[in-house]
Amino acid sequence: MLFLRYLRRNVSLTIGLVILLLLILFTLIGSLYINAEKDPYPLAAPPRVAPTLSYCPKTKPNCPTPKAYPFGTDSQGRDLFAVGVVGTWLTIRIGVLAGVIGLLVGMVVGFTSAYYGGTYDLIVRWLVDVLLTVPNLLILVVIASVLGSETLGLNQEALIISLTAWMGPARLIRAQVLSMRERPYVMMARLNGMSNMSIIFRELIPNLLPYLGASLVGAVTGAIFASIGLAALSLGTLREPLLGVTIFWAQQQSAMISGLWWWYAVPVSIIVLIFVMLFMISAGLDELANPRVRRAE
Amino acid sequence: MHYSWSFLLKRFGLFLLVIWSAATLNFLVPKLTPRDPLREKLLAQAAKTGYIPAGFNEMVKAYEVQFGLDQPVWKQYVRYMNNLLHLDLGYSIAYYPKTTLELISEALPYTIAVLTLATVVAFFLGTLLGALMGWERSSFFVRHILPSFLMLGAIPAFVFGLILVYFLAFRWKLLPLTGAQSANMVSAFNLPFILDLAKHAILPAVTVIMTSAGGWAIGMRGMMVTVQGEDYMTFGEAKGLKGWRLFYKYGVRNAILPQVTGLALAFSYIVSGSVLVELVCRYPGIGSVLADAIKGLDYGVIYGVVFVLTVTIAVAMLIMDLIYPLLDPRIRYEKN
Repeated sequence: MLFLRYLRRNVSLTIGLVILLLLILFTLIGSLYINAEKDPYPLAAPPRVAPTLSYCPKTKPNCPTPKAYPFGTDSQGRDLFAVGVVGTWLTIRIGVLAGVIGLLVGMVVGFTSAYYGGTYDLIVRWLVDVLLTVPNLLILVVIASVLGSETLGLNQEALIISLTAWMGPARLIRAQVLSMRERPYVMMARLNGMSNMSIIFRELIPNLLPYLGASLVGAVTGAIFASIGLAALSLGTLREPLLGVTIFWAQQQSAMISGLWWWYAVPVSIIVLIFVMLFMISAGLDELANPRVRRAE
Repeated sequence: MHYSWSFLLKRFGLFLLVIWSAATLNFLVPKLTPRDPLREKLLAQAAKTGYIPAGFNEMVKAYEVQFGLDQPVWKQYVRYMNNLLHLDLGYSIAYYPKTTLELISEALPYTIAVLTLATVVAFFLGTLLGALMGWERSSFFVRHILPSFLMLGAIPAFVFGLILVYFLAFRWKLLPLTGAQSANMVSAFNLPFILDLAKHAILPAVTVIMTSAGGWAIGMRGMMVTVQGEDYMTFGEAKGLKGWRLFYKYGVRNAILPQVTGLALAFSYIVSGSVLVELVCRYPGIGSVLADAIKGLDYGVIYGVVFVLTVTIAVAMLIMDLIYPLLDPRIRYEKN
């Protein structure tokens, strides 16, 4: 109840959560109407059907059961409604998986380097600075080609993406912890003889929770972006109906010139929804973490 | 004097260290792939003619000698570092006999012109909008309706570019679909040619501006709100200063500092971040060169582009660190 009342004040968080709810409903209800093993893959449907609710093959004179392709089909015979349903779920899954791994690693690195300081901190900071100068795409490309993109599964792709997802959170958390460890309550805990570990877990992490939430959303956003970017460069798994992969195939088969606008429209609109959702949630969390921002309302 | 000698020395040392370690990293990481780009390239060429010539393995060997790939890794490393020092980035494997430097210098002007301009425009546009959105005395429209456009910044640039390409170039045919200039245009310094260049540059530039201005606006809006809580603002108001003076000299002047730091970072992402935008707009900038090189595992070109990129970033950071105390006199780099 209290949460609902808070949501009335935090508009962006509400909008974000509503979009998230809609996307979840779309995948849940949509999955009742499709065969997830078959429909989002090639040759599951007649090719190049414009969005329609009653499709009948021309060869049959009076078709008894017209089939619905509300989002149309692509030129390789995927049912784009099924692609939308499965692709949304798979894309978010990759993002969340990579984002969570990245955040966990970043947390460990950020906490330890800020808390212990010294040479370790110097090395970490230097490593993060250097790694951030090398484009993520290059690192991802090299690793994707080491493993060979034919054998690459969705989970492996998430793991690869998480390799470049930890530096951002590490830097952010390090900065926050640096400012927090000088606060009086931490000094108090230290004077009371608390160990480093329990200071981290009982004093610092609870205070960092809003930042951790925000940086998780950031990491997930980055990971989804990376998965779409990899696909656009023809890397990673190209067989699974990820949203980025769908855009890649549409590009590859010149969907625009063939007039199959819906082939682009489906993945692009879902991607826009996903990113607006993440943006709204992160703006909402920001308001939660920084009460100062509230004054802008 | 804003900074001490020891600071300058330390800062420059860090600059060299970043360049050296990034260059080393760029050398080592691609070596970890088991793929053999040279053999793949030659095989692809052989496949075109339909049969594999008799001395194929000897041919691969000869090319390896040509590219120095037969040497032990540490020798390749020394050679690579030495070449970097002389700005000799080697030949492209995919576009032999073109050199990497040629490929990069053909593409770099497009990227720099279009994307630097777009980044600067986006910075000023976004910062100004953000400042107005965060300013308490702005109109209702600016404070409450305009911020909903910030959502544009949430959408990945190349996805947004796709939408623009579809409507502006494909459906309404207002702008050209591909390339940096029309095929029948003769390169010359005259009005039609320049207009033609500009027409081709609009799509990638607008894509970058529309999607990155939102980010600048968000940062500036937040800082503006924070700054308005400061005592000097109350003081300025109490003195009866005019609104615009309060806005520019007191508000924007102080709120813009973190934005300037961000600008250095933004410049560093121009090249790597624009790979996908250039891909979608089919614009022949350095992003496209990098994308091609990555696909073909064209070592020399990858090194070259990444090295250019690294130097750009390091220089931008260095300049920012040196300029910062001039912008914010409260910061002094001294030993305490």
